[in-house]
Amino acid sequence: MLDMPPPSNAGGAIEHRLDYADGSRRRVFVTHVETPYPQGRLIVSRTDTRGIITQCNQSFVDMSGYERSELIGQPHCLLRHPDMPAAAFRDLWETVQAGRQWHGYVKNLRKDGGHYWVFATVVPNVRDERIVGYTSVRREPSREKVAQAEATYREWIRS
Amino acid sequence: MSFNFTVSPSFPAERISDWYIFNTWLQRSLSIPIHLELHDGFDAQRAAIEAGQVDLIHANPFDASLLVREKGFRAIAQPDGAPDEMVVVTALSHPAQAIGDLQPGTRIACANDPCVNTIGRILLEPANLNADNTLEQQRSTYIQVAKDVLRGQVDVGFMPVGAYRGLSSIVRRELKVLVTSDIQVIHHVFLIGRDLHSRADDFVRILLSMHETEKGQDLLSALGATRWQPIQQEDVEFMIDIISTLTQ
Ligand SMILES: Cc1cc2nc3c(=O)[nH]c(=O)nc-3n(C[C@H](O)[C@H](O)[C@H](O)COP(=O)(O)O)c2cc1C
Repeated sequence: MLDMPPPSNAGGAIEHRLDYADGSRRRVFVTHVETPYPQGRLIVSRTDTRGIITQCNQSFVDMSGYERSELIGQPHCLLRHPDMPAAAFRDLWETVQAGRQWHGYVKNLRKDGGHYWVFATVVPNVRDERIVGYTSVRREPSREKVAQAEATYREWIRS
Repeated sequence: MSFNFTVSPSFPAERISDWYIFNTWLQRSLSIPIHLELHDGFDAQRAAIEAGQVDLIHANPFDASLLVREKGFRAIAQPDGAPDEMVVVTALSHPAQAIGDLQPGTRIACANDPCVNTIGRILLEPANLNADNTLEQQRSTYIQVAKDVLRGQVDVGFMPVGAYRGLSSIVRRELKVLVTSDIQVIHHVFLIGRDLHSRADDFVRILLSMHETEKGQDLLSALGATRWQPIQQEDVEFMIDIISTLTQ
C-alpha cells in the first residue's frame, strides 16, 4: 500500500507508521477532524477471503474520502487508524474465519487523515457451505459507546 | 393441483385488488393454476410458510432471507423504483428535533412488520436507545401508529416511507420526520419455491417483459413500479448477508 502524501495543511497532522499483520508498513498523516456519520445510512463493503475490497456502496466511498477506483482491489487495512489496536482486528479475523459474525466499534482513517466512528458487523459469505468472502455493514454508534471504545482501545494499545 | 401465491403483508390495503389482477395475469401468462392467498398479518403468513403452503411469493427482504436460505426458494425478479425505506416520526409539538434528543424511556408505536421495526431500532441506536430502555406499543395499522404519535401517547412512530406518504396531508402536517433510512440495498423480491424451479425461465421471461404491454404497465404502476428487473441469485444472497448483520 502506498504511503499517504503529507497533507497540504500539514500543520495539524501527526505522522504515524502503521505496522500491518502481514509485516508491511505504511506512513500516514492523522488529524483530529471527525466526519459525522451520515444519518440513516449503512456503510457496506465486501472483501475476498484475504480482505481485499471487491465491492462497496456509495456511503463507503463518501466516508472514506477516496475515489471508488482507489478502493476496489485494495486491502481493507487501507482504512486502519493508528488508534485501533491490532488485537481488535485479530479477533475480527479469527471470528469470521471460524464462520461466525463479528461486531465492534471501529475508528476508521480517511484519505485526508481525518476519521469516522462506526459500529461494524462482519459476516462470512457462505455459499455451498464454503466461505467465499466477507461483508461488513456499519451503522451509526452512540457517542457513549464511542467514548467507551476509545477508552478501551487506548488501554489495549498501552498494554 | 394449484400453486399458492402470497405477498408479504407490508403492502398498502388499497393494493389488494391489484394483487388479484396480477395473479389472474400470472395464471393466464403461464397457463398454470395459481391461488392467491393474502394473509392477515405477518404471523399468519409465517405460519403458512412453515406449513409449506407457499409456492410463490412477492417477499419483503426479511421473508426473502428465510425463504432463500432455509426453504430453497429462488429469486426471479425485483420491481424497480424506490427501495424499502422507513421513517421515524414524532409529533410536530414534541420537543425532540433529532434522534439524538430522544431520552431513555422513549415510547414507540409501530406495526408488526419485522422489517420496518428492525431498521427503526437501528435508527434509534445513535441515541443509545434499545429494547431495554424503551417501551414499544404494537398497533395493527400505520394510521393508528400516526394517531398515537399525534395524541402524544407515544414519543415516536416507525413506518415505511410509503405508509407515511399515504397519510392525509392534514395528519402529515402535524408530524415531524426525525430520520429517514437510506439503506438502498434492501428491497422486495419475487421468489418461487422448489416445486416451480423447473418453470423458473418462464417466470423470468413473463415478468421481465410485463412492461411491454399496456395492461402490464398499468398493473406495474398500481404496484408502485415501472418494470421488473432481473436479479441474480448472488444479488439476493448478498442482500441476505446484509440483513443478517441487522438482525443479530
Ligand atoms: C469485510 C471486512 C471489512 C473490514 N473493514 C475494516 C475497516 O473498515 N477498517 C479497518 O481498519 N479494518 C477493516 N477490516 C480489517 C482489515 O482487513 C485489517 O485486518 C485491519 O485493518 C488491520 O490490519 P492488519 O490486519 O493488516 O494489521 C475489515 C475486514 C473485513 C474482512
